[in-house]
Amino acid sequence: MVEPANTVGIPLNHRALLKDELDIVIPTIRNLDFLEMWRPFLQPYHLIIVQDGDPSKTIAVPEGFDYELYNRNDINRILGPKASCISFKDSACRCFGYMVSKKKYIFTIDDDCFVAKDPSGKAVNALEQHIKNLLCPSSPFFFNTLYDPYREGADFVRGYPFSLREGVSTAVSHGLWLNIPDYDAPTQLVKPKERNTRYVDAVMTIPKGTLFPMCGMNLAFDRDLIGPAMYFGLMGDGQPIGRYDDMWAGWCVKVICDHLGLGVKTGLPYIYHSKASNPFVNLKKEYKGIFWQEDIIPFFQSAKLSKEAVTVQQCYLELSKMVKEKLSPIDPYFDKLADAMVTWIEAWDELNPATKA
Amino acid sequence: MSSSEINKNEVDIVIGALNADLTQFLNSWRPFFTGFHLIIVKDPELKEDLNIPEGFDVDIYSKPDMEKVVGASNATMFSGYSCRYFGYLVSKKKYIVSIDDDCVPAKDPKGLLVDAVSQHVSNLENPATPLFFNTLYDPYCEGADFVRGYPFSLRSGVPCAASCGLWLNLADLDAPTQALKTEQRNTSYVDAVMTVPLKAMLPVSGINIAFNRELVGPALVPALRIAGEGKVRWETLEDVWCGMCLKHISDHLGYGVKTGLPYVWRNERGDAVESLRKKWEGMKLMEKSVPFFDSLKLPESARTVEDCVVELAKAVKEQLGSDDPAFTQAADAMVKWVQLWKSVNSSG
Repeated sequence: MVEPANTVGIPLNHRALLKDELDIVIPTIRNLDFLEMWRPFLQPYHLIIVQDGDPSKTIAVPEGFDYELYNRNDINRILGPKASCISFKDSACRCFGYMVSKKKYIFTIDDDCFVAKDPSGKAVNALEQHIKNLLCPSSPFFFNTLYDPYREGADFVRGYPFSLREGVSTAVSHGLWLNIPDYDAPTQLVKPKERNTRYVDAVMTIPKGTLFPMCGMNLAFDRDLIGPAMYFGLMGDGQPIGRYDDMWAGWCVKVICDHLGLGVKTGLPYIYHSKASNPFVNLKKEYKGIFWQEDIIPFFQSAKLSKEAVTVQQCYLELSKMVKEKLSPIDPYFDKLADAMVTWIEAWDELNPATKA
Repeated sequence: MSSSEINKNEVDIVIGALNADLTQFLNSWRPFFTGFHLIIVKDPELKEDLNIPEGFDVDIYSKPDMEKVVGASNATMFSGYSCRYFGYLVSKKKYIVSIDDDCVPAKDPKGLLVDAVSQHVSNLENPATPLFFNTLYDPYCEGADFVRGYPFSLRSGVPCAASCGLWLNLADLDAPTQALKTEQRNTSYVDAVMTVPLKAMLPVSGINIAFNRELVGPALVPALRIAGEGKVRWETLEDVWCGMCLKHISDHLGYGVKTGLPYVWRNERGDAVESLRKKWEGMKLMEKSVPFFDSLKLPESARTVEDCVVELAKAVKEQLGSDDPAFTQAADAMVKWVQLWKSVNSSG
């Protein structure tokens, strides 16, 4: 059995790294009580809360946190007709937070994620680890068997080419979860009691050309480097699919990072995932995705972006064209999604004119 | 997988003896080597007799034995750290586990000695998953599974060709790195096994490795010798080259290569600074090798491991031969190795 950390008594971190350069994006429909536990680590940072569901409901934010909050009315007001690309009644709406942020870095976390303990019992400052991951290079061109070579106590092993030891910029830091693992519905149904108790003390770069299932529960990224690719798709209300928002973003992001020579890391930090969602509800949401992903994966594996695509937006728009061409035959949903991908970029560029290509 | 669940008859433990006195080494591994057949191959350049404690089921091969099997001229292929490949050649078992003679069992975070043999065999017996990265690492181990978003069609995995283990204490760093960080020791026990993804290259270390001999035996090639290759790992690259070939061939044939557990505890030997005095040939050779393997495509017609090695050797000679004589020699050695493999194993 694994337990969350008790953070009572941990002093507030007054020298929090990147305090003025990072926003924390949290989608929520219920409440933000979980922030109380995160206070020592997260209070120095600015929060962007994206309130999903009924906009007339008031979300209470624990005292002392500096935040901006957007509900559906705000999203509609700010984006106008382009708001159609932002999901409703699904945590995919969080990507609106990425779009309105003015910071260089984003950390996003789910409202049922608590602070984890490392094997020594110490509370894990997940944000600090994400920042370390993002601030030091990735190594996607050659796998280092001792994992992250830039970590304290580690290095490149014998045989690792010297010309590749400088690494590339890190665009994404993908964290993991103790306790309730991020399983799909069928696996949840078969193994309802399985808990992840294994603390794997490593960060590693996912090699170039390799796809992975990106989970949005505990994720950080460099918004300047990859922000426009972090669109979480059309999910939830009125859509035929759910629980593939972060997956979709992850596949797009990885293809683009590989093309642009950016790195994606996975591993530490862990958070403690406290709430298991209902597997029957999940199955209904994921059902189509389970079939569709069999076609989606080969699509992304063979997606080749042109030499002319040198910005994230250009790459993303090229991808959207490929989605329309190659995936629409599977289901008209992909046609809609491709259009939404374009709308997203238009909205992004409108709200972020400085980063436009 | 515990020791009791492994079919010990399917495993050979092959040790390359670069040290004459194997008493401490074998005694420390006794709990985990007992019940297994051992093949100990003595470095043909080692003058002293081997000192081996009682109680092991072991076959020992030294220079005269090698010459009897492969001929005097070919025996030079197996000098130094490459002596272990002779053991791979003559083994008749399905799985090989190979550990350097300066390593002893490591302790896990609970303080228990790690049964590296069982862990390696377990890695080899379970499928590998090179086609899509699982963020919870090995999906087949207790307490883990494939995560949300992992395609169902890829969940049965592919056969595992090799299991690359790691090292606590003295990690397998190159001479410049170790010389710069003389006090650095690897104390980080990363509790995971994972498959190295398709097309990703990695530096395979011969210090702690296991493989499915039936599946990929001929791909473990004793081929690349750097000029002035020595008797410490810092002065070799043979395993790294072997690993590049093995990974490429595994990718081509649809097999997987795992990395991670088990750890062994690696002891002090040699002087990194001393090794730096020798011209560090390995660096240059690696720089040339990487783009070669990155762009290499074996022909679709190469469907056996032997054919793949021969095709690989051809490509090495054509594309790298003019860069450095070491590559030409490696290519020739690879071809010779396949010939030896076929002749030694056809009578078996």
